[in-house]
Amino acid sequence: MDRETLTGAVTTRRALLASALAAPALVETANAQSQFDWKRFRGERIEVTIQLSPRGTLLQQANKEFEDLTGIRCGIEVVPEQQHRQKIIVEYASGRPSFDVAELSLHVNKRQVGKAKWNTDIKPLLADATLTSPEFDFADFGAGMVQYATQADGRMDSCPAFADYFIIYYNKELFAQKNIAVPTTWEEMFEAAKRLADPSKQIYGHVGRGLKNANVVLWSSYLLTTAQRDMINAERQLITDTPDAIWAGEQYKRFLRDVSPPGSIGFNWNECQTTFMQGRAAMWVDGIGFAAPLEDRNRSRVAGKVGYALVPKGPGGHHCALFGAGYGIPEASRKKGPAWYWIQWALSKQNQLKFLTSGAGVPARTSPFSNEQAIASSHFPREFFQTLEGSAKIARAGLPEIVPVTQFRDVIGTALTNTISGADVATELRRATNEFRPILEQSEKDS
Amino acid sequence: MPDDAAALPAPRGLSDAATRRRNYARRYAWFVVPAAVVVVSVIVFPWLFTLYVSAHDWHLGSARRFVGFDNYVKLFGDARFGWAMARTLYYTLLAVVLPMVLGIAAALAFHRKFPLRGLARTVFILPMMATPVAVALVWTLMFHPQLGVLNWLLAQVGIPPSMWVYAADSVIPTLVMVEVWHWTPLVMLLILGGLASLPVDPYEAAKIDGANAWQSFRHITLPLLMPFIVVALIIRTIDALKAFDTIYVITQGGPGQASETINIFLYLQAFAFYNVGYASAVVVVFFAIILALAALLLWTRERVKQT
Repeated sequence: MDRETLTGAVTTRRALLASALAAPALVETANAQSQFDWKRFRGERIEVTIQLSPRGTLLQQANKEFEDLTGIRCGIEVVPEQQHRQKIIVEYASGRPSFDVAELSLHVNKRQVGKAKWNTDIKPLLADATLTSPEFDFADFGAGMVQYATQADGRMDSCPAFADYFIIYYNKELFAQKNIAVPTTWEEMFEAAKRLADPSKQIYGHVGRGLKNANVVLWSSYLLTTAQRDMINAERQLITDTPDAIWAGEQYKRFLRDVSPPGSIGFNWNECQTTFMQGRAAMWVDGIGFAAPLEDRNRSRVAGKVGYALVPKGPGGHHCALFGAGYGIPEASRKKGPAWYWIQWALSKQNQLKFLTSGAGVPARTSPFSNEQAIASSHFPREFFQTLEGSAKIARAGLPEIVPVTQFRDVIGTALTNTISGADVATELRRATNEFRPILEQSEKDS
Repeated sequence: MPDDAAALPAPRGLSDAATRRRNYARRYAWFVVPAAVVVVSVIVFPWLFTLYVSAHDWHLGSARRFVGFDNYVKLFGDARFGWAMARTLYYTLLAVVLPMVLGIAAALAFHRKFPLRGLARTVFILPMMATPVAVALVWTLMFHPQLGVLNWLLAQVGIPPSMWVYAADSVIPTLVMVEVWHWTPLVMLLILGGLASLPVDPYEAAKIDGANAWQSFRHITLPLLMPFIVVALIIRTIDALKAFDTIYVITQGGPGQASETINIFLYLQAFAFYNVGYASAVVVVFFAIILALAALLLWTRERVKQT
């Protein structure tokens, strides 16, 4: 019987054999490890606040491993994503946050936190050999994710932790029944969705986010495949009422209005997930992090039948929306050393590999993707990992890097929601753009 | 115990009793200090600070800038605020009237003696005991247009499916339905308490005078119950005005802004857009409105007492 270790790795005969073969390398690593003083901050106590997610749960469960390794006592607080984002901002603004490490949604909080310089720059910590274990190997982190976590002024105020790419989930069984190929363009996807629909069985060709705010990331998935790609231009002006933005809005409208279930106007990711899990939708474009529940045989009717594919190409290019998270240390923290130790442990190669193979998150490191053995033993199909690797190559920020990003999502999201009810896309996007433009201009002036 | 106060010389024009009262207050005034500190720190100071912040342009993470009444001026020109206020009043009206009518009817029914009355009362008040967020999550599952049990039940009796909270035109009535289910028992309990305290003599007199059941209810029960009804009305109005958790969990103010009440608007301004100055102005205006409504209801209560 397989046995789960503290790091979550499953011990198998094959793994034991591999360990034996890798013994010399391990001895070398252990020597390097022994030179680094993990116990330097023994007896200290730190507080960590992270988002509720499979990876958050795994880190919380493995907390004792960190405490045994370092002798640092660590309190881990796990808060639901939306509330977590708000909580950390309020605490940062108070000047005396209660935590020493905080998870940061880079696509939401990055510029706000960076502008206020709430977090410490981790580059000096990385450069300090007495504080950074040689095993941490920062060069292993993907260049794209490092860039994503770096502020415009060059400070890196969070260590990149996880990426999230938008992909297509599709129901292989429904596709096989109608002998339909996986779409590679939005047009093909729309035609496939029409053919896959079976209203008599309440099966729909597509499901996607319709709820205001949450829906902007689906619209940006279409926009990213146009020549324009972005939502703000190089002068940091809003460009959400251009022909390309309106084209993306038209795609959003027809997918949500014509080939999605009635009521999609109020669907967030959880309703989409439920619909897809119950086999009621043939395709769903959303973050790759939902693979784990979809493949859970206890909860999902489509487990084992889920296909994974890159988002389709558009008229101007091929990009998928990228979102991400990082771990930062507040400037106000008096425990920066112990906090940095926690980040090194949480984002170690072993932990990042564990997140990848368990479907708990897409690591910011590159080495987990080249671990063939671990990938082969994962319960996710190879197609999942291939889609992941392919997405990493075409990923582009799914939201603009601005301070009032939530307000942006609210205003544009309302316009998009209105189009599902039949409103004209161009009119709605122009109205929303006019509404948000002064907010962005004011925010940029303040920055 | 020696009465020291009595030993003090009484000021001219004051009776001994009044002097004793005055000295008593002076001597024990310090006992009020702990309560005063609590009130000042958790009520007065936050209020003064809210007023102060409302006069500033302040986004969390940015510098605070004094803007005087600009936030209030902006508020009264903000169509979204106006719509949020209108939705709040619409929601409040429905979420007060329906539980009141149903609660009074239920109280009258449960006041009568019938077999298993205690069990029926207990079952009726069960919804009130549930946590609002848990209630909201369960209702959200039931409202799902394709997979929810409500549309399945409708289909069993040949009624076409409803979009419930997933359509702009039905979202507020649907949210009110949850509110009615949740809080009608509270109204029932309050009115039932009132019914239990009513004297029997007027009913006997009315019976002798030949009054029928409706006349007894209309001319005896209802007037005597009025103080209890007004109390229930005040509690329900305050509850409905400050409704947030259920709406936020079920719709987050959507679809679009179709269920964005003033509390959701306020929450978004303060904790999603971090526009603390503007949000504080919303709080001040909303508080003034609630104060006016509460004053109106209390005045009504006094009028009812007098009549």
